[in-house]
Amino acid sequence: MNAGLDTGLREPGSPRLPRAATRRPTLAFAWALALLVALTFGMPWLKPLFAALFPQLDRPMYEQEPFAALMLAHIGLVALSSAVAAAVGVVLGVFVTRGVGREFCSLVQTVVAMGQTVPPLAVLAIAVPVLGFGEAPALIALALYGVLPVVHGTLAGLASVPHAAREAAEGLGFRPLQVLARIELPLAAPLLLAGVRTSVVVNIGTAAIASTVGTRTLGSPIIIGLSGFNTAYVIQGALLVGLLAITVDLAFDALGVWFIRDH
Amino acid sequence: MIELERVSKAFGGAPVVTDLSVKVARGEFVVLIGASGSGKSTLLKMMNRMVEPDSGAVRFQGEPAHAMPAELLRRRMGYAIQSTGLFPHWTVAKNVAAVPTLLCWAPARIEARVNELLDLLGLPPGVFGGRYPHELSGGQQQRVGVARALAADPDVLLMDEPFGALDPITRGALQQELLRIQRSMHKTIVFVTHDIDEALRLATRIVLIDHGRVVQADTPAALLARPANDFVADFMGRTEAGLRLLALHSVASRVRAGAVAAGAPIRAGASLRDALSLCVARGVDRLAVVDAQGRPVGAVFLADVVAAPAP
Repeated sequence: MNAGLDTGLREPGSPRLPRAATRRPTLAFAWALALLVALTFGMPWLKPLFAALFPQLDRPMYEQEPFAALMLAHIGLVALSSAVAAAVGVVLGVFVTRGVGREFCSLVQTVVAMGQTVPPLAVLAIAVPVLGFGEAPALIALALYGVLPVVHGTLAGLASVPHAAREAAEGLGFRPLQVLARIELPLAAPLLLAGVRTSVVVNIGTAAIASTVGTRTLGSPIIIGLSGFNTAYVIQGALLVGLLAITVDLAFDALGVWFIRDH
Repeated sequence: MIELERVSKAFGGAPVVTDLSVKVARGEFVVLIGASGSGKSTLLKMMNRMVEPDSGAVRFQGEPAHAMPAELLRRRMGYAIQSTGLFPHWTVAKNVAAVPTLLCWAPARIEARVNELLDLLGLPPGVFGGRYPHELSGGQQQRVGVARALAADPDVLLMDEPFGALDPITRGALQQELLRIQRSMHKTIVFVTHDIDEALRLATRIVLIDHGRVVQADTPAALLARPANDFVADFMGRTEAGLRLLALHSVASRVRAGAVAAGAPIRAGASLRDALSLCVARGVDRLAVVDAQGRPVGAVFLADVVAAPAP
């Protein structure tokens, strides 16, 4: 689940990619997306396969809800929580690197480092007694957990901006916001995007666990399957969650290539 | 043009600049020179308000610098630094266009200005405009840095050891071009360096700084001929001061028209130091002199070369 910090993005200063290399991630993403869509809508047709694999099961196919509905709910939960996480994370990362915010930089970095060591399941476990069951605790827990990699990526990205570029921009008469928007953020983008990518991909996995607190996601078949000793359910849910994570990861690859070409 | 009056600055309690006054007149090429940590860069940064003095006044064209927004002040002064500070994610053309873009020039005007500057600095726009900084050599990057500093046609150029990281040959070529640009465009230039030969070559006036104070400010020839104290004499290279003085004058100033000498000729534009070196190397007491087009103009005699030059 952990995507690490490799975005496939070109560091400033390295040679441009040849054209064939820029096409490959987009192609891989297209294949993964096609497979994901096919499996989401075509899973019921695999019923004979699962029946053959697990002859001892009465119901070898999860049919309580269509997989497409679960996929939509899962994506919605991840998109909303990740959007909040990315926005909060970037703002926090920018805030602690300038002006009065600098005082909080080491504090935020400590919290970020500590937060990364807490497993996602623990975040949910803590959220439920505080917020109760349902969508709200899952959203909040996912958003909170997703902030950490984004802050980390933003700080790493801003730290990677050459000092001379920042000094030259100031010396030439860029306003502080112009330095940030035109010089710092574009140069920080590869590492910043890597943070967002980690956050989103981890969130896709964690969102599945959110079904334990009563949220409808692709984790529902997994949780029901685990409690009912139905391995087929678990595989069906896990297959879609895993494929979704891979597809989104490849989407970031493709996004990175687009970013290199156009900026 | 730029006036620093009794400015002081301390960083964390340690004084860096102490009660220092400098005036830069229009059209001057002032070189601030001193050892590392002498406060010369801090002084330069006070001129465009990247460093605010703890006390004292900074004036630009007669007005107090702190009365205008720092960004607007800086856009009226070009700024070039040793590590070039080129924006790695922008092409050469976009880098050079940085300040005109901030000033909201029309795109056609920006493009024309970028092409003009790249041509001026010997980087054909068709070849270099679309390249990225990492695709250039160190010397080419610094040319782009200088072009970017000149882009909005500022009256003043502030340069912080711009050629410090370059090899001697590239540095020499860029020094020549900077002099050419300064003479043709009548820019006022404030230039920081720790290289005394660079200072002597470029400056109309040298300000020697030590421990945040001005030790001596004068023309290159006067600094060499009449150092104010032992520190200045040491800094100018006590034993080499004579040779450096010779380097300030051209062969043309001592040539005897019509005289003849054997051997390969020296150009009239070469320095007396070069002439002395050639005489010693060849063991001769005179050299044939030719002009820039290679036409003979006379000869220069060793005795004339080493005669005390008029300061």
